[in-house]
Amino acid sequence: MTAPAASIGRPRSGAADTLGTWARNSAWTLGLLGFLVVLLLFTKYVNHNYSLVSLANTATAVVPLGLAAVAQAVVVISGGIDLSISSQMALTSCVAATMMAAYPGDGTALVIVIGVLLLGMVLGAVNGALVVLTRVPDIVVTLATYFVWAGFALLVRAAPGGTAAKWLKDLVIGSLGVDVVPKAAVVLVVIVAVIWIPLSRSRLGLSLYAVGSDRLAAFRSGVAVNRTKFLSYVITGLIAAFAGLSLTASTGIGTPVPEPTYVLISIGAVVLGGVSLAGGTGGVFGPLVAVVVLQLIRDDMTFMQVDSNYGLVAQGFILIGVLMAGSLIQMRRSRA
Amino acid sequence: MTAATGTVSERRWLRPAAWRNLLRDYPLIPLAILLLLLIVVIQLTQPGTVNAGWAAVNVRQATVLAILAGCQTLTMLTGGIDLSVAYIASMSGFVTATFVHQPGGWVLGVAVALAAAALAGLVSGIGIGVFRVHPLIMTLGMGLIVFGFSNVWQLQNVQTGSGVPVELRTVGTGMAGDLVPYNLVVFVPIAIMLVLLLRRTGFGRMLYAIGDNPVAARLSGVRSWQVVVVLYVISALLAAVAGLLQSGLSNIASVSLVVPYLLPSVAAAVIGGTSIVGGRGGYSGSILGALILTVLAGFLSIILPEPWRQIVFGSIVVLVAAAYTRVTAQS
Repeated sequence: MTAPAASIGRPRSGAADTLGTWARNSAWTLGLLGFLVVLLLFTKYVNHNYSLVSLANTATAVVPLGLAAVAQAVVVISGGIDLSISSQMALTSCVAATMMAAYPGDGTALVIVIGVLLLGMVLGAVNGALVVLTRVPDIVVTLATYFVWAGFALLVRAAPGGTAAKWLKDLVIGSLGVDVVPKAAVVLVVIVAVIWIPLSRSRLGLSLYAVGSDRLAAFRSGVAVNRTKFLSYVITGLIAAFAGLSLTASTGIGTPVPEPTYVLISIGAVVLGGVSLAGGTGGVFGPLVAVVVLQLIRDDMTFMQVDSNYGLVAQGFILIGVLMAGSLIQMRRSRA
Repeated sequence: MTAATGTVSERRWLRPAAWRNLLRDYPLIPLAILLLLLIVVIQLTQPGTVNAGWAAVNVRQATVLAILAGCQTLTMLTGGIDLSVAYIASMSGFVTATFVHQPGGWVLGVAVALAAAALAGLVSGIGIGVFRVHPLIMTLGMGLIVFGFSNVWQLQNVQTGSGVPVELRTVGTGMAGDLVPYNLVVFVPIAIMLVLLLRRTGFGRMLYAIGDNPVAARLSGVRSWQVVVVLYVISALLAAVAGLLQSGLSNIASVSLVVPYLLPSVAAAVIGGTSIVGGRGGYSGSILGALILTVLAGFLSIILPEPWRQIVFGSIVVLVAAAYTRVTAQS
């Protein structure tokens, strides 16, 4: 359960911030990165036409799911779980697409984007408030709000439609400069870095890990447990809103029905990325890499002209296989 | 002095703590009251709706959800959860349907479906029990695998064609005298077995023990991994049966037929008073939970458009869960 996560520590390692500690702390993420490189080479091998343009396409496809995984990672690190992420994405995406269709113009689009991000924080705040006030387990609260947000999404739009501002689309489609770096990848990394790096260095970031690793100990050490839990959901809501916006940007429309696999894959990517579901360990970059790995595997399946459904099977097996292996290593180590 | 004590003991049942204890010890009472309230509201707002036929239709509809809620109840008691049930259930109905025009017929189909489900459950159980993978992730991964294989199976059987066997349709939709759904023939024995399993057998005790305190259970000599492996096989088999009933009821063979029931099955178990962190709950509550959710969903579909239906549905789940947590919270 805690196996893969135990091998890595928090990104903050305090005074002993040497390269060695860093490498040990990020072992899981680094291993995953290595696997990604191998996978990219394999992709090039099975599909000689795989170029930087195709890489950009992969990146565009990865953005919504990548942000969903990061959103999930934040709440899982603080010991919760959010099953409502996909319907938060559907709702924010629908609001953005509908408003942009109703009020065209680049300037208004910016206002709409900011409004949608605020909406995401409100949705997260409702989740967080319910979790803290009712003391119902996180999984039940967010299971229920999954239905609520999906209902509101249907109220906003009965059918898929709306538009996305041109600059928003340009943000995630295509490459930067001379077709070297996919724009979507840059946007993804920038969003995550801008939110996560200051957060993980802040007092709140430390509190997230403290509450996630041991709620009682955190409380006794003077951490405002309830406020931290609440804020973790607000941050998750904000990132989910970014994910919703990226859905609108990459598809050009808003779809009121949440993609059923998003929640499941986001949880899978979080765990594959080295975050323990028990909370308190891991970071957000591991899950991000994990999403890319999962997406590339499906792409490779397509290139190899394997029935795309085997892609699903492969994702499942990889999810399970990696965790079993990680758990086995952990058990060996604890026995030795 | 004496008089005062007498008054206190006479009025003891009036104190909130007494009520709280009553509700905590007999969670079926508030659930039954909730169900009755719901029925009264339906009768008041839609006069003439509530009759024997209406009840029979709701019961028939609720059995599938109740069986799936059984999977969640059993696994939640140990602190786990089974997210693969929806995919296993859909697979089971679909696989059976593809065997209709084959030599073995639907009987062979059911056998294959149950075997496949048991295999999936076995792998999940080994992953969770032996390798200690988190149940949420293990069953989620297993769900993806089953769904993927079902899709592959579907593509390979496009030519042969499929159809829900008549026998399943009869069991799924038929009602004796328009009052007693035939699917109760399947459900009632399952329900009795599950309730007895949890209350009367050592296996049931061990489920509670593992969920309540895994370390204490291990130190008392419970071989957790064996219990967990058996548990997830049982859960998968139950899911397969639920899938057969659902495909018979809807006369549809689809690899994603039961997926919409996944989250409601968890909700039914939670409303029924089973703790998602393990160690507390029971199956009878989950049956009532499934009935309440089915009646509620049916009622909401009459009076509200789809979006509001989902919003109200979600809100009620939170409210009931919050009320439960408040009542059962250790003071």
